Amino acid sequence: MNGAPHIEIRDLTMAYGEFVIQRDLNFVVNKGDIFVIMGGNGCGKTTLMRALIGLQRPARGTVFYGGEDFWSVEPDIQARLKRRLGIMFQGGALWSSLTLAENIALPLKEYTALSAPRIAEIVSFKLALVGLGGFEDFYPAELSGGMKKRAGLARAMALDPDILVIDEPSSGLDPLTARRLDDLILELRDSLETTIVVITHELASILGIGTNSVFLDTETHTMINTGNPKEAVASGDPKVRHFLTRGAE
Amino acid sequence: MTITRPQNSGEKQWRLDTRRIDDDLLEVSCGGRWCLDQDLPSAGVILAEGGDGLRRLSFNTAQLSAWDSGFLAFLRALLKLCAERGLTLEQAGLPKGVRHLLAMAAAVPEQKVARRSSVGQSLFFQVGAATVEFFRGAPEMLHFLGEITLSLGRLFSGRARFRLSDLWWEIEEVGPRALAIVSVISFLVGLILAYLGADQLRLVGAQIFIADLVAIGMVREVGALMTGIIIAGRTGAAFAAQLGTMQVNEEIDAFKTLGISPVDFLVLPRMLALMLMVPLLTLYAAFVGMLAGMLVSTTIFDVGMFEYYTETLRALDVTHFLVGLSKGSVYGGMVAYAGCLRGMQCGRSAESVGKAATSAVVTAILLITISASLMTIIFYRLGI
Repeated sequence: MNGAPHIEIRDLTMAYGEFVIQRDLNFVVNKGDIFVIMGGNGCGKTTLMRALIGLQRPARGTVFYGGEDFWSVEPDIQARLKRRLGIMFQGGALWSSLTLAENIALPLKEYTALSAPRIAEIVSFKLALVGLGGFEDFYPAELSGGMKKRAGLARAMALDPDILVIDEPSSGLDPLTARRLDDLILELRDSLETTIVVITHELASILGIGTNSVFLDTETHTMINTGNPKEAVASGDPKVRHFLTRGAE
Repeated sequence: MTITRPQNSGEKQWRLDTRRIDDDLLEVSCGGRWCLDQDLPSAGVILAEGGDGLRRLSFNTAQLSAWDSGFLAFLRALLKLCAERGLTLEQAGLPKGVRHLLAMAAAVPEQKVARRSSVGQSLFFQVGAATVEFFRGAPEMLHFLGEITLSLGRLFSGRARFRLSDLWWEIEEVGPRALAIVSVISFLVGLILAYLGADQLRLVGAQIFIADLVAIGMVREVGALMTGIIIAGRTGAAFAAQLGTMQVNEEIDAFKTLGISPVDFLVLPRMLALMLMVPLLTLYAAFVGMLAGMLVSTTIFDVGMFEYYTETLRALDVTHFLVGLSKGSVYGGMVAYAGCLRGMQCGRSAESVGKAATSAVVTAILLITISASLMTIIFYRLGI
């Protein structure tokens, strides 16, 4: 962890046609951050995530990965930048015709020269990390929502990405499993120096693991706070404090 | 005993050395890069070199320059092997992060019962399973037919619950929006029929009877058959995909929990829309086919337009139209039945939706073909 800028969002505006979701976003995610994108329902958290991971071109502004402008570079460079990302989608987004093992093995087969037995060992390890050891041969349709979510995280971690983007990791999980997932996120950051971007409105996760954050406001359609969420509770914008204290302040 | 395995020289490759430092202790030294971009060794290679009397393994990772999941997976495999052989693996020499992640991976015990057998099934087994599945499917089809019948009963007694707006929407979707494809296919089929007839009738100078062939063929049989097959591919598959996606999203379960029959609310409007629209599309298809026949006869085979028109009127009577319309209704019902049945039977995954759509088309075409054959025989026997 050297704290260097890893992702930089510059003048980013996201819109659907004329309808602006968020405008003029400027913030930096440093290497080793657990960066929380937070805000109320419908504020544009997931839309921002889609712009970050290359699924939706912003209306204006751009995203820099280690100094490279993602939305201006050639498609092959975009593809290289995407390889540095691991994405966990809200519902897991597992490929339904593949078993869990095949879901996780696919990126390893595509992008590494590892032999089949080594891939099987890595798949088994990743599933064990998310508490799904032994479920290798199950299909996504045979799993609960929380299990799908955890399997989605295992797939996102398959290639040990530099940056892990996680959409709503804790929603739908029991408190112990949610806590375990938070511990895993911390350990990934500490051990593998993974930069982690978490999209969430779960207060326990925001305050428990977040080291940096941005708050997206639904009313003004822009960001109103950046920095450590724990500090925001004490001295941040009143709207952010209101959000982080569940309306108590 | 000391084993040195310099796999490759240089900082960017892994190194693995094992050294017997006590009667029962083997020190494993890992150096260099142990990352996913390397062709890493299997864990078994260490124990193969261990020899007799080995009880413990320790680690020296002072020379380890980089590691990731590749190293972790190697260690986890080694842990499993050690556990199987009753050996102790001392983790003190491993980096802190490695120890933590290995502990996290071991925190939730593996679900032993969860693992499935991956052994392939024999052909005998597969044939047997397919047969059992087929006979299990037949009662389900009859059960669904029964549910639709009850639902129709509720409709006629005014107790069926569905929205009229849904019925109108379905009617528009399956009727007017299908006109373009029905026009193209019917025109081409009429054209083919005309050429087919002309080929033979020209030999005896009876080209005028192309009109009889095309008119009776399109009105009685081909119009309904082609419309049925077009609708099976276009609408039957759509019904299965719509209802299948609703199964995946638990929307159908939501109807059931509210005490609303999904057959009334979802199947009935689709069924009625197709049974009303397919006969009309059949008439339209017959008309377009006859136009194509007229075009071919007048431009290629020197039949006068008025002669063709008069011959067509002479050839057709109300019975032909009733036969065509009845077939259209039955085919429409079959397509709706197959599409809704497969949609309601759909599983809970995206893959199941695809299978439901495919199965709906196959079932619909099979049912259309069987009912077409039966009706042809029945109408023949009745002299209609």
